[in-house]
Amino acid sequence: MNVHAPPKATAERSHDTKLRVADCDIHPLPNTVKDLYPFLEKRWRDHLESFGARRRQAIYQGPAYPKGQPEAARRDAWPPGGRPGSSLDLMRRQHLDANNVELGILTVINPHPGNYQNPDQSVAMCRAVNDWQVAEWTGKDTRLRASILAAYEHGDAAVAEIERLADDPNFVQVFLLSRTAQPLGNRCYWPIYEAASQADLPVGVHAFGNSGFPITSSGWPSYYIEEMAGHAQTCQSQVTSLVLEGVFERFPKLRVVFIESGFGWLPSLTWRLDTHWKKLKAENPALKRLPSEYIRDHIWVTTQPIEEPERPRHLLDVFDWIGWDRVLYSSDYPHWDFDDPARCLPAGVTQEQRDKLFLTNALSLYGQK
Amino acid sequence: MKPPRIGAIDCDIHPALPGLANLLPYMSDHWREMAQQAGFHELETVNYPPGSPIAAREDWRPVQGKPGSTLDDVRSQALDPWETSLAVCNCLYGVQALFSEDMAAGIARALNHWMAREWLDREPRLRASIIIPVQSPELAVDEIEFWASDQRFVQVLMLVTADAPLGKRQYWPIYAAAARHGLPVGIHAGSSFRYPMTPVGWTSYYAEDYVNQSQAFQTQLTSLICEGVFSKYPDLRVVLLESGFTWLPAHLWHLSKFWRGLRMEVPWVDRPPFEIVRDQVRLTLQPIDAPSRRETLERLLEHMGSDKLLLFSSDYPHWQFDGEDVLPDGLSDALVRKILIDNPRETYPRMMEKVQ
Repeated sequence: MNVHAPPKATAERSHDTKLRVADCDIHPLPNTVKDLYPFLEKRWRDHLESFGARRRQAIYQGPAYPKGQPEAARRDAWPPGGRPGSSLDLMRRQHLDANNVELGILTVINPHPGNYQNPDQSVAMCRAVNDWQVAEWTGKDTRLRASILAAYEHGDAAVAEIERLADDPNFVQVFLLSRTAQPLGNRCYWPIYEAASQADLPVGVHAFGNSGFPITSSGWPSYYIEEMAGHAQTCQSQVTSLVLEGVFERFPKLRVVFIESGFGWLPSLTWRLDTHWKKLKAENPALKRLPSEYIRDHIWVTTQPIEEPERPRHLLDVFDWIGWDRVLYSSDYPHWDFDDPARCLPAGVTQEQRDKLFLTNALSLYGQK
Repeated sequence: MKPPRIGAIDCDIHPALPGLANLLPYMSDHWREMAQQAGFHELETVNYPPGSPIAAREDWRPVQGKPGSTLDDVRSQALDPWETSLAVCNCLYGVQALFSEDMAAGIARALNHWMAREWLDREPRLRASIIIPVQSPELAVDEIEFWASDQRFVQVLMLVTADAPLGKRQYWPIYAAAARHGLPVGIHAGSSFRYPMTPVGWTSYYAEDYVNQSQAFQTQLTSLICEGVFSKYPDLRVVLLESGFTWLPAHLWHLSKFWRGLRMEVPWVDRPPFEIVRDQVRLTLQPIDAPSRRETLERLLEHMGSDKLLLFSSDYPHWQFDGEDVLPDGLSDALVRKILIDNPRETYPRMMEKVQ
C-alpha cells in the first residue's frame, strides 16, 4: 500500500540541471491538529476536541470526494511515521535540494481555517497556522516564505490578521481558497483587497474550499475528477467577477495569483470577456478599460497542474497569449499530481522565457524580503 | 467575413414566441384554463432580458413585438441574407425553468405544436429542436417519442444547466431515446437557475452570468464524459449551442491530464476525452470568443485538431456580429464549406432526409 512506501534515498530525484527554481505552491501540513495547539488558546483547543471544525460540507473529516491517493499525496512523500508534507527534512531532500528550489512559497490548505463557518474559530485558527508556519518552516529554512491565511469570509478579522503580519518578512502574500462563499468581486471582500494593496502583498487564490454551492451551475457532480477539473471553471468565475465588479479599477495596485487551477483557460476567458463586455458595458460604468487590460495588469497564474496538449508545443501559444511574465512555476509538492520542474515544459522554450517562468517572475511578484 | 452563397445550414436560430397567448390554441384544455384562470401570460427568462443588447441586434429589432417573432423577419433577416438552405429553430422559452413537471410537459407540447404549425408548415427551409420537459426524464421521453416521426424535428433541446449535471443517470433515458431516433441532443446556453451560475454563489451583473455560460458548458462536458454517457451511447451526438468554442482545447487538455491520473475512478471512460469529443460532440460557431486576428484563430483551430467540430450558426437574433460578417476572417475555403454544409449534414442525419 502506498501509504507505507518508505522514502527513497537522498539522491533519488536530483537532476543534473542548473535550473534555478522558485516554487509558488508547496504544501506543508501539521502532522496532527495538535501541532497547532501551542499557537491556540485553551478555548480553541477544547473547541476542536469537542466540535471539530464546521465547513460547508457533510463529511466531518476529509473531503466529500475521495481523492485519488491517500492524502492526495505522492507515494514517495510519506516521512516515517508522519503525513506527507509534515517533514521539513524530507521536503528538503526530496524537493528543495533535489530540484534546486531557492524560493518556496508555502500554501497551507490543510487546514485552511479561513474556510470555517465559526467566525471566531476561523480567526483563531488562521492566526495559529500563520504562527506555526514561522515556527516550523520559514524560521528553519531561509528558502521558504509563508502565506497569510486570513478569515476571508469575515472581512474585518481578515484585515486585522493581514495588518498584524504585513511587515513580517516571513510572509509574502494574502492567501485564500478559491471556493469562496460569494464571487470574489463582491464588495464584502474589498477590505481584504484594500489591506493587501496597502501592504503591497499579492492575493493568492488556491483551488479548493467549501462555498456551500456546487462546483457546477447544475448541482453536484459524482466524481473527484469532476471536482478537480471544476476548479478551473471556479477560477474563471472568480476572474470574471473580479473584472466585471470593477475591483481592479478600485484597487489599481492589487495583484491576484490563481494557484493550482491550471491556466490554459485564461486566454479564452479573456477574449470572451472582451467580446461580450463591449456589448454589455452599459451595465457597469465603473469599468474604464477592456477586461483584457485589467487581466494583463493584475492576474498571475501558477503552472501546476500544467496542461498537456496532444501536441506539446501548443502550450507555447497559451504562454504567448497570457504573457510569459505572468506565469509562475509551481510543483504542488507533496501531492500526487506534482509537476517536475525538469520535465513539465514542452520543448521550444527560450532561456529567457524559462528564467521568467521558473524564477524571476516569482522574485518580482513576491519580492525578495 | 461574409459566407459564400452555397446553401449554408444555420444550426442555431431563435424564432420567438410572441406571447403565451399564441400557445393557447395548442394547449390542452387543462393548461389553457390554467393559463387564463391563473393569469400567467409570459414565461420569458432572465437569460436574455428582452431589452438587453445581446438579446437582439439593434437592426433586427422590430418596431413592436419581440425580435424574430414573425416569419417575415426570420426570412428577411436570417434566411435570405446568406441564402441559407436550412436553419434549425431553437426556441428559448421558460419551459426548463418551471418547477412543475406537468406544467413543463404541457407547455413544451404546446410549444412544439406551435413550432410545427406556424413555422415548419409554412417555411420549408426551417427545421426545429424538440423542446422537452427536462424536469421529468419520463415525460421528456414521451415528448421525444411524440415528435420523432416528424423528420423536420432534427434535435432534442436541453439547456446547459438543469437540476443535476447532465451526465447523471437520471438523464440517460433522454439520451437513449435521442440516439434511438437519430436525434442529436442540442445543449443551449441558458440557465433554469436551480443554482447560481458560478460555483461561488450568485453574481451581481448580467454580463457575469452570460460569460459564465461557457464555464457551464465546460462542467457539463466533463459530466457527460466522466459519467460515461458517450461510452454508453456510442451513437449519441451532442451539439453545444451558443457555447463559444475557443475554451474547448484547453479544457480538454486539463481534463485529459486528470483522466490520466484518475481514470480508475471512471473506468468506463476508455479513451482520451479529446477523442470522445471529436467523435461525438459538435459546437456551433457563434459567438466567436477570440480576437479578430487571423493568426490567433488559426492557432486555435489547430489546437482543436479537427475540421469537423464546428457547425455554422448565426445565433439570430442575438447580437454576436455586425452586418453580414457571420464568419470570422482567415478560414480556408475548404473549412468554410465544412462548417457551412458538410459538418451540419454529418451531425444531423435528418437533414439528409427528404421532407414531404
